[in-house]
Amino acid sequence: MKKLHALLALSVACSVGAASAQQLEGTLKKVADAKAITLGIRESSFPLSYLDASQKPIGYHIDICNAVANAVKAKLKLASLDVKTQAVTSQNRIPLIVNGTVDLECGSTTNNLDRQKQVAFAPTTFVTNVRMAVKKASGVTDLDQLDGKPLATTTGTTSVQLVRASEKGKNLNFKEVYGKDHADSFLMLETDRAVGFVMDDNLLAGLIANSKAPDAYAIVGPALSVEPIAIMLRKDDPQFKAIVDDTVKGLAKSGELTKLYHKWFESPIPPKGINLKFAMSDELKKLVATPNDNPAESFKK
Amino acid sequence: MLNNLDFSVIPLALPAIGKGLLFSLQLTIVAMIGGVILGTLLALARLSGGKWLAGAAKVYVDLMRSIPLLMMILWFFFLIPLLTGRPVGQENSAMITFTLFQAAFYSEIMRAGIQSIPRGQVNAALAIGMTYWQSMGHVVLPQAFRNMVPVLLTQTFILFQDTSLVYAIGATDMLKAAENAGMLYGRTVEMYLFVSVIYFAICFSLSMFVKYMNKRIAIIR
Amino acid sequence: MNYHWNWDIFFQTIPSGDETYLMWVIHGLGWTVAISLAAWVIALVLGSLAGILRTVPNRRIAMIGDVWVEFFRNVPLLMQLFLWFFVVPELLPRDLSLWVKQDMPAKEFITAVLALGLFTSARVAEQVRAGIQALPRGQRNAGLALGFTQAQTYRYVLLPMAFRIIIPPLTSEFMNAFKNSGVAYAVGVWELVFVSRQMVEETGGQVIESLLVPTVLYIVCAYAANRIMAVVERRSHVPGFIVAK
Repeated sequence: MKKLHALLALSVACSVGAASAQQLEGTLKKVADAKAITLGIRESSFPLSYLDASQKPIGYHIDICNAVANAVKAKLKLASLDVKTQAVTSQNRIPLIVNGTVDLECGSTTNNLDRQKQVAFAPTTFVTNVRMAVKKASGVTDLDQLDGKPLATTTGTTSVQLVRASEKGKNLNFKEVYGKDHADSFLMLETDRAVGFVMDDNLLAGLIANSKAPDAYAIVGPALSVEPIAIMLRKDDPQFKAIVDDTVKGLAKSGELTKLYHKWFESPIPPKGINLKFAMSDELKKLVATPNDNPAESFKK
Repeated sequence: MLNNLDFSVIPLALPAIGKGLLFSLQLTIVAMIGGVILGTLLALARLSGGKWLAGAAKVYVDLMRSIPLLMMILWFFFLIPLLTGRPVGQENSAMITFTLFQAAFYSEIMRAGIQSIPRGQVNAALAIGMTYWQSMGHVVLPQAFRNMVPVLLTQTFILFQDTSLVYAIGATDMLKAAENAGMLYGRTVEMYLFVSVIYFAICFSLSMFVKYMNKRIAIIR
Repeated sequence: MNYHWNWDIFFQTIPSGDETYLMWVIHGLGWTVAISLAAWVIALVLGSLAGILRTVPNRRIAMIGDVWVEFFRNVPLLMQLFLWFFVVPELLPRDLSLWVKQDMPAKEFITAVLALGLFTSARVAEQVRAGIQALPRGQRNAGLALGFTQAQTYRYVLLPMAFRIIIPPLTSEFMNAFKNSGVAYAVGVWELVFVSRQMVEETGGQVIESLLVPTVLYIVCAYAANRIMAVVERRSHVPGFIVAK
């Protein structure tokens, strides 16, 4: 690990100075050879990465990734760079980064220690709180009230374990129901198959804003977990990591990141022109001031 | 909830669903053509009498037939890039998977078709100086293929229905496109109902066509 | 291939407690087998019934069988599962609907079994009809001539032979029931595909290990189904008629 850090520091230093003289390796070499970079996108991670009405990927993380792609293009002095996109799911995003199918994953991936064994992360660009959506009419305000009641979450997400852990911790017993994706989980809440839906709060806000009756739902209860969400890239790839880091830090410093946040979280967004009205959290404000790629574990007190 | 169904979002979602349907059809046609060719070769290999060749073909067919397609789709998606070192994209990955997977099923059909041709015809072909492969290509296969057309079509319509499983790797078929649209507009139930009707219409017409073919072939016999 | 192998994940405890992933896999296998067997029973009973109906001389009754088959085989299984899960409960009276959605025991399991069972029944019906129609026409006439009623003719003359003829295709359908059971994860049944996907996520992407074990278990299940049917075929074989391999 120490060796890696030293290597990283060295390469960052290099990239500032005699970068172009340096031999290209890793992702940068791959991109330079192919004159193409592939972004991994999510189809329904509001508003980080999702598809608009014409099935084109858009979102907060897509904008940031495009900024990275531009930086790569400038660095490699390419006349043109083909920016490809590839839809990924929560199950295949890590393998696809590892095996080279995608170069940057611009979805909604939690940066944690387990994942850092296989991949690397850009500085955190969003912080999500895992909370619960309910129907206002149900009067539920906390997880404790759901003992013996059906509670939805989505398969293949970290929330599955968070729900189980809080069950154990509080000696509660939920009837867990699992949707195969967020749309299905939300549909369970909508059709009263579930009384609550536990998920990242930004995703819940998006689902609620897009639903038939946005006013009928509320996001309630304390956060089950606070998680740094970041753009994901291949591990042990210091040259590329340096460009990604520099770009994100640059965006944070210039205020561009805050502008992008405002554009996607506090303004009307496609396709229906809804406004999530999702103010920037204190955690994220801190991170914009001092960007870093610390994993979720460092957020726990 | 059903009394406030709102189908007015369907026109908005139609372009995306159309695109998804196009992919489902493309996947079906590619896998059918590739699968029938590869399946025929596998069937010939199994009937060739060569111990290793027949054995290898049998292992391949049996393996493919005992693994769920859903797992196969996931396997190929992860393994192709790992083995070749080159990403292929989820659409291409789906086509490769479906072709290789369906080949096993088509090969069983073709094998049955080939075996339904009286042995004497092969002997006759060999007697007039044809090689084994000539006798297959000119005498046996054309008849076997013709006899098996209804069964091959039935398998193809199972294949078409199975294209709905590609959501597992994030490829956008008709069902996935409908789900995306449903999520975008908060109208998932309407989208599910709508694509069910489309699936039914397509599969039902196809199965009527198979019935018609069956009748025609019955007359020929 | 730069893949980071880690077979220890199966002995690793899950993040929220004392179980290991191996126990999850065993649990998942249990649900897979339960869904497949329960669905197969439904498919055999209803499929035989629909298949028989399609061959009766009365066209109106035969139509019922035809409609059944066309209805359940022309919509993808996954789609049917969603219809049963999300749409059908909404058609029930409000109280019953709420009970089905929230309090019915094993509701996901029941929905999955129903969807898989009905889907498979359409295919079984096709085989049963084919089996009955494969018998020489004279057999039915002979039965009727002996003074059997239509029902008795089926019970004592047609069905015993028809079912024996269709054991091989029924074997495939039985194996298919196992293979198709994987879609149940889409409504949240904790079966093999569910476990496999959850493991890929929670182990930080140990894809090959997480896929391989469930895949092998599926092969074992399908093979076991095949062997069971082979025993049935051998036991039921009529000397001089149908030769079991």
